Amino acid sequence: MIATAVFLPLLASLIAGILAFIPAGKDKINRDRLDRLSQYVTCVALLISAAFSFLVFDDVALSGNVQNLYLFNWIDSGTLNVSWSLKVDTLTAVMLIVVTVVSSMVHIYSIGYMNHDPKVPRFMSYLSLFTFFMLMLVTADNLVQMFFGWEGVGLASYLLIGFWYDKPSANSAAIKAFVVNRVGDFAFMLGIFTVYLIFDTVSFDEIFAAVPQKANDTIQLFGGDFHAITIACLLLFIGAMGKSAQLGLHTWLPDAMEGPTHVSALIHSATMVTAGVFMVARLSPLFEYSDIALTVVTIIGGSTAIFAATIACTQNDIKRVIAYSTCSQLGYMFFACGVSAYSAGIFHLMTHGFFKALLFLGAGSVIHAMSDEQDMRKMGGLAKHIKVTYVLVFIGSLALVGIWPFAGFYSKDIILEAAWAAHTNAGNYAFWMGISAAFLTAFYSWRLIILTFHGNSRSDETVLAHVHESPKVMLIPLIVLAAGAGLLGYIGYTYFVGQDASLFWGNSILVLDTHTALEAAHHAPIWVKYLPMGVGFGGIILAYVLYMWCPRLPALIVAKIYPVYSFIYNKWYFDELYNLLFVNPVLYLGRNLWKTGDGSVIDGIGPDGISAAALNLTKRIAQLQTGYLYHYAFAMIGGIIILISIYMLGV
Amino acid sequence: MSNYPILSLLIFIPLIGALFIFVIRGEDEIVKRNARQVALWTSCVVFALSLLLWKNFDITTADFQFVEHQDWMPKFNIAYHLGVDGISVLFVLLTTLLIPICILASWEAIQERVKEYMIAFLVLETMMIGMFVALDIIVFYIFFEAVLLPMFLIIGVWGGKRRVYAAFKLFLYTLLGSVLMLVAILAMYFEAGTANIPVLLTHDFPASMQTWLWLAFFASFAVKVPMWPVHTWLPDAHVEAPTAGSVILAGVLLKFGGYGFLRFSLPMFPLATADFTILIYTLSVVAVIYTSLVALAQEDMKKLIAYSSVAHMGFVTIGTFTLTVQGIEGAIYQMLSHGIVSAALFLIVGVVYDRIHSREITQYGGLVHKMPAYSLIFMVFMLASVGLPGTGGFVGELLILVGAFKVNSILAALAATGVILSAVYMLYLYRRIIFGKLTKDHLLKIKDLNTREKMVFAPLIILIFWMGIYPSSFLEILHVSVNNLIDRVESAQAASAALIAGR
Repeated sequence: MIATAVFLPLLASLIAGILAFIPAGKDKINRDRLDRLSQYVTCVALLISAAFSFLVFDDVALSGNVQNLYLFNWIDSGTLNVSWSLKVDTLTAVMLIVVTVVSSMVHIYSIGYMNHDPKVPRFMSYLSLFTFFMLMLVTADNLVQMFFGWEGVGLASYLLIGFWYDKPSANSAAIKAFVVNRVGDFAFMLGIFTVYLIFDTVSFDEIFAAVPQKANDTIQLFGGDFHAITIACLLLFIGAMGKSAQLGLHTWLPDAMEGPTHVSALIHSATMVTAGVFMVARLSPLFEYSDIALTVVTIIGGSTAIFAATIACTQNDIKRVIAYSTCSQLGYMFFACGVSAYSAGIFHLMTHGFFKALLFLGAGSVIHAMSDEQDMRKMGGLAKHIKVTYVLVFIGSLALVGIWPFAGFYSKDIILEAAWAAHTNAGNYAFWMGISAAFLTAFYSWRLIILTFHGNSRSDETVLAHVHESPKVMLIPLIVLAAGAGLLGYIGYTYFVGQDASLFWGNSILVLDTHTALEAAHHAPIWVKYLPMGVGFGGIILAYVLYMWCPRLPALIVAKIYPVYSFIYNKWYFDELYNLLFVNPVLYLGRNLWKTGDGSVIDGIGPDGISAAALNLTKRIAQLQTGYLYHYAFAMIGGIIILISIYMLGV
Repeated sequence: MSNYPILSLLIFIPLIGALFIFVIRGEDEIVKRNARQVALWTSCVVFALSLLLWKNFDITTADFQFVEHQDWMPKFNIAYHLGVDGISVLFVLLTTLLIPICILASWEAIQERVKEYMIAFLVLETMMIGMFVALDIIVFYIFFEAVLLPMFLIIGVWGGKRRVYAAFKLFLYTLLGSVLMLVAILAMYFEAGTANIPVLLTHDFPASMQTWLWLAFFASFAVKVPMWPVHTWLPDAHVEAPTAGSVILAGVLLKFGGYGFLRFSLPMFPLATADFTILIYTLSVVAVIYTSLVALAQEDMKKLIAYSSVAHMGFVTIGTFTLTVQGIEGAIYQMLSHGIVSAALFLIVGVVYDRIHSREITQYGGLVHKMPAYSLIFMVFMLASVGLPGTGGFVGELLILVGAFKVNSILAALAATGVILSAVYMLYLYRRIIFGKLTKDHLLKIKDLNTREKMVFAPLIILIFWMGIYPSSFLEILHVSVNNLIDRVESAQAASAALIAGR
């Protein structure tokens, strides 16, 4: 059952891939037929996969039958034994549901969205391939297989971001995404090696069983002695930061918006970017034994939450606003993990997966309606033209802001309460950053809604004339996701973080008895419970004030605080900094090592130098042959003198 | 089966084929056609035969198998002595696989002196197989050096504009190493009184002598690998060589160095190996980072891939000298997968070179519009080259880095930066050639792969995924021999340490 759920998308991807290579000739009907076929194959495969995931979820999460399906041997060398196995516990089962449901909705949505694209089979193939890698990632039973899925989703993301390969910007964004992720993966690999060095295995179950005995071990690495588990966790966490676009390694995510919008919904909100959170939760038995690592996770998470939220307030591209919002929400998930409230983090991961996918697909619907315009400054007044989309985006935003009874209310609040209840410095930091970010979240969400849907239209007439509601095939997935965004928080609360939590999660997440933040969160004071929603309303009202009632105010404020504004607007100058620190020096070094290092130094002294010297020497020797008799006579006399001298001196 | 002289057949069937081609007479076109056919069939037979070698190989023993022994100069204890163990057998298969692919890849590209070209390739195959299976150090040396003759000719006769310069550079570099190695071989012969490699493998050379012997072998193998800073012959040789020449150069010839370290330097000079490990690590890490950066700046496709080869072989030398199971198995595995991947990448360059006659990256762009199948195949091997999990490139790199991390975490971290850099230069190359709009006039009529070209790539694609998804087929062959090698090195080092301690 689980194998079918995982491998069906791969099969679908291969079939669609083959269809992409069938020459259709000039016949448009033929082409269309192939396009349809690839869409049906992949959509049906994904729906079956989703249905199976629900069965697996029922079996594993609700009935408690943890599964581990061994497929075959992978890498086997010395004590390093890695197999292909599918491990399903509650944590995986939850991820299976999120991944397959969101992915199948995106597949269906694509039928409408990519209608005019000439490369439909290729696109569907990439989408299914991505889903396969993501499923491999969440079902991995060891670190190396996780890395397989990890790099695989990176590849699929590269392919999808660069799907419109005629655009130079899409190509750059694709490469940037792959390379920045590789920087994270570099640390991930070192983390795997460290774990292997400590535990002599890379299999999750064996590692987790051995953690308590190794809790205080130290390890010698990079020329120093470190607490073994801490260094392993920190390295792995850097990997998670890359994939989940956390502060420092986030630069690829906004650029990734070059891809088709629903790709962003799938990869850059619901699934791939959450892999880092999943990884930390999966490795909770490891992270629990390192307070330093948990503190780092908390601080990075809290900082990213506020950092990305500030940028989201200033962006004008509708997709970029949502992208930074994703970045910020991932920060919440991380600091939840950092205060040992892993289940709260995963709860938010799930609800966020639904409402953020909804927002992205809604944005896609807007962009579709606006003939591919993404700049919110050229939108406005769309509510009356695309009512269904408007309502759906509104629901998604309510869920994002965390207004009762939408999903985000439940999941975000429990995270903030847990951060408060941790009563640590890092927890308090994350709590206040989270509250501030919640305010900004509400503000930028309603800024987006007002700029896009309210007021007067700022687009030109030709675009406006084409504005149309999306077809049903695009709206139905939105409605499914909206149902999730509306109901999942209420339904999931008791299981994920409420009374039934310990039964529900089983052994898939470990929290030490000393880490009581999640337990204590339920007893947080009233003001902690209501503050997030309070600041949410505050943010919404501020957005109404600035953009609806006094639309001249924003410009005035920007003018007043221009240096701050431009700092934030330019994304805190991270790209410029990295270009200065890494990109330019690398290019400079490459060129110079080639021309100077290889050319002048190595070849100059080596082969070219030797041949030049040999040539030079022979020329000089040739010059001795002057042809004048007295030159030779002189040389002979000189020789005789030397010989006699040697003889006389008896050397 | 054990009496069946399969290794001799592998060595001499190509020579017989070459002889057949030599006697072909008649009209020009017919000669060309027959020469190609004979060469292809001969190499296919050899490949089929080598599969028997794989099938009948006993993975439970570290001893040499399929051994053949004929006295040659009994007075001097020199014999025609062949055999394979877990370390060498897969290299034989790599060779026999790549030769038919090379011949198929040269089918239309080579139109001048076809007969001589095919003879050169078959002779080359003989020499390469002989090198890997020789169990007599004199026989080994003969094959090792003789490989260069057909290689010189292939570059010098069928090469590009600056072929003389490239051949001369190759000559200067390899000459230096070979002369020193010959002296070392003679010294070993006089010290041990035999040229028999299995005997030499268990002979304990005096510690001071090991140092000099190690350095002499190092001079030869380092050039072959090639290690930094003696790598500059490689980009030039690749650029000037015809496509199939590059394939063999990258696919098999570079492995001579890595194989040599494993067969000679490690087991025969274990004490010197311990002394020089830091030197190898340093040079290898420099190679990985330095050549990756240089690759990024290249404007010529072949040069870029040549530099990436140097970086990948840097991983191999690191893995070899970690003296861990993972490191050494990873090194061998990396050599095999690099043999497939770099061969495929040079073939990929060859495909467009045959059409446009340029290797300049700026001459291309947007090929995906006209060549979708080509783009897909290029994508597969680009990803294998950057070591994406699921492809053969990953397994080798992972094992090498695991091994390196065990002995020195800083070393592993520095080497692992190569993983980031390789992604940068390969993706950047791919983007410039394949993606973007197709605007250049000379590309408008470019054709996608034909059936022959697809046939060339098909086995390589299957192999690279096989190696990535189920590497056990290949790794299991290595286990016993590699463990045996490590035991040998470690016991020798321990014995020496005990001796010093006892004094």
